[in-house]
Amino acid sequence: MTARLLSGPDRARRRRRRVTNAFATGTIVLAAAIVLTPLVLVLVYLIGRGVGSINLAFFTQLPAPAGESGGGVAQAVVGTLELLALASVIGLVIGIGTGVFVAEYPDHPLVPLVRLLSDALIGIPAIVMGIVAYALLVVPLRHFNGLSGGVSLGLIMIPYVVRATDEVMRLVPRVVREAGFALGLPRWRVVLQIVIPSAASGIVTGSMLAMARVAGEAAPLLFTAFGNQYWNFDPLKPVAALPLVIYTYSISPYDSWHRIASASSLVLVVLVLLTTLLTRFVFARRTG
Amino acid sequence: MTLPAQGTVDAERLVEPILELDHVNVYYGQSRAVKDVSMAVRPNTVHALIGASGCGKTTLLRSLNRMHDLTKGARVEGRVLFEGQDIYDRSIDPVAVRRVIGMVFQKPNPFPTMSVYDNVVAGLKLAGRVRRAQLDEVVERSLAQAALWDEVKDRLHAPATGLSGGQQQRLCIARSLAVDPAVLLMDEPTSALDPQATARIEELLAELKRYVTIVIVTHNMQQAGRVSDRTAFMHLGELIEQGPTDQIFTRPQQSLTERYISGHFG
Repeated sequence: MTARLLSGPDRARRRRRRVTNAFATGTIVLAAAIVLTPLVLVLVYLIGRGVGSINLAFFTQLPAPAGESGGGVAQAVVGTLELLALASVIGLVIGIGTGVFVAEYPDHPLVPLVRLLSDALIGIPAIVMGIVAYALLVVPLRHFNGLSGGVSLGLIMIPYVVRATDEVMRLVPRVVREAGFALGLPRWRVVLQIVIPSAASGIVTGSMLAMARVAGEAAPLLFTAFGNQYWNFDPLKPVAALPLVIYTYSISPYDSWHRIASASSLVLVVLVLLTTLLTRFVFARRTG
Repeated sequence: MTLPAQGTVDAERLVEPILELDHVNVYYGQSRAVKDVSMAVRPNTVHALIGASGCGKTTLLRSLNRMHDLTKGARVEGRVLFEGQDIYDRSIDPVAVRRVIGMVFQKPNPFPTMSVYDNVVAGLKLAGRVRRAQLDEVVERSLAQAALWDEVKDRLHAPATGLSGGQQQRLCIARSLAVDPAVLLMDEPTSALDPQATARIEELLAELKRYVTIVIVTHNMQQAGRVSDRTAFMHLGELIEQGPTDQIFTRPQQSLTERYISGHFG
């Protein structure tokens, strides 16, 4: 009896388990490698093609005419930041507000509808959001403008932020809320000062992911922000953006422009990666 | 009025109750979890609710500060009088009720993003009722009352989640005391703690009843015997028997009570 317990399953079965285990482990490691391959390839390619064009001028100067060397895409770097700021004002305020609403008032009759529509919004192509912003803000103003670009990106962000906020708010344990109520705090204070701070790191992570998601969008900007070769800080005039530079320069026939497109892509990718990593780092330290 | 038989004089009856339950029923949807409970709690006493799991003792406790308002489908019938006023009256604000009748939960639940200090003053500060200078005073008093001051006075601004389980539970008690409630409801406050932490909290209760009236739910009969002045025994939602704790444990009137306290079920 004891001997059987100690020796475990017979040899053939143990061998089969080892083989199955090796096969399963191999499969998931392979899957992980496949996931990482495009990222590594993109980075390697962009560094190889673009890093040579990156210098101080790239970030400080306006584009040089085709055929001339030098110049940069400073207006697009600044424009992208400007568009992201506009998009965040819209996407984060509406997104977090809606997320808090659906998470904290689950019995409200509108909540199922809001959840459904918000999820449906994720499936709407970015270019359609561009058309919405075009109709709302370009047609009435009669010219392309940065504000419409920011709005189109903000609209794309909303459902991602709603979902992230909703999910992390619901992860806050019920007992933590109850502790607040038991102290005689009104509901809005419990939500604002106890639940939201407890969920803050998740809300910020979700918001950063949504920003990263829209930072690279070119399609909705084509007929809203439109792009600009010159400095412009007025959101009611056309505003440049890195994705637009990448698009315009990539379809051009000039090799020097292709290199600028690669360099711009590299800057965009690094920008997004850095923001994501930084957020993780800051919040891992705060909550860990 | 007839004089009570000798040996059963209940001196507490002479004091006006602070909390009085008048035919309280609690429903979850169609099912009735608490059935027609009437009971009186005198000020500055510890009142224990005992009974097997699922007998409705926690449900009853949560009806005493309107926590059921937050549970979908829960409904309370009957009256709960605090100093003679029905807390379920239409004119009463449930938030105000919970300021006067606080609650400590089964598992320690300090606010995870706050320091020890901020946890204690959460009820005051978030309600914006106290000046900053007074907060320090409240923190020291509340932590001292919860027998935690000496252990945490050097790390008041450290995260509350860094404390041990027993310390966290005493912090939760301090947090409840900081808003100066008249009644403290405790829902199995030691069931998630080790024996030493449990002993500390039990010692604390005897001290605390000088400031507050305590209603404590416990599944631990020895605990009820050690800490409470009166005990109520519940079974399947009904209040089977209540009385002075020593009487319930030594001379129970109902055979069901006797069977429960002698460990035949539950």
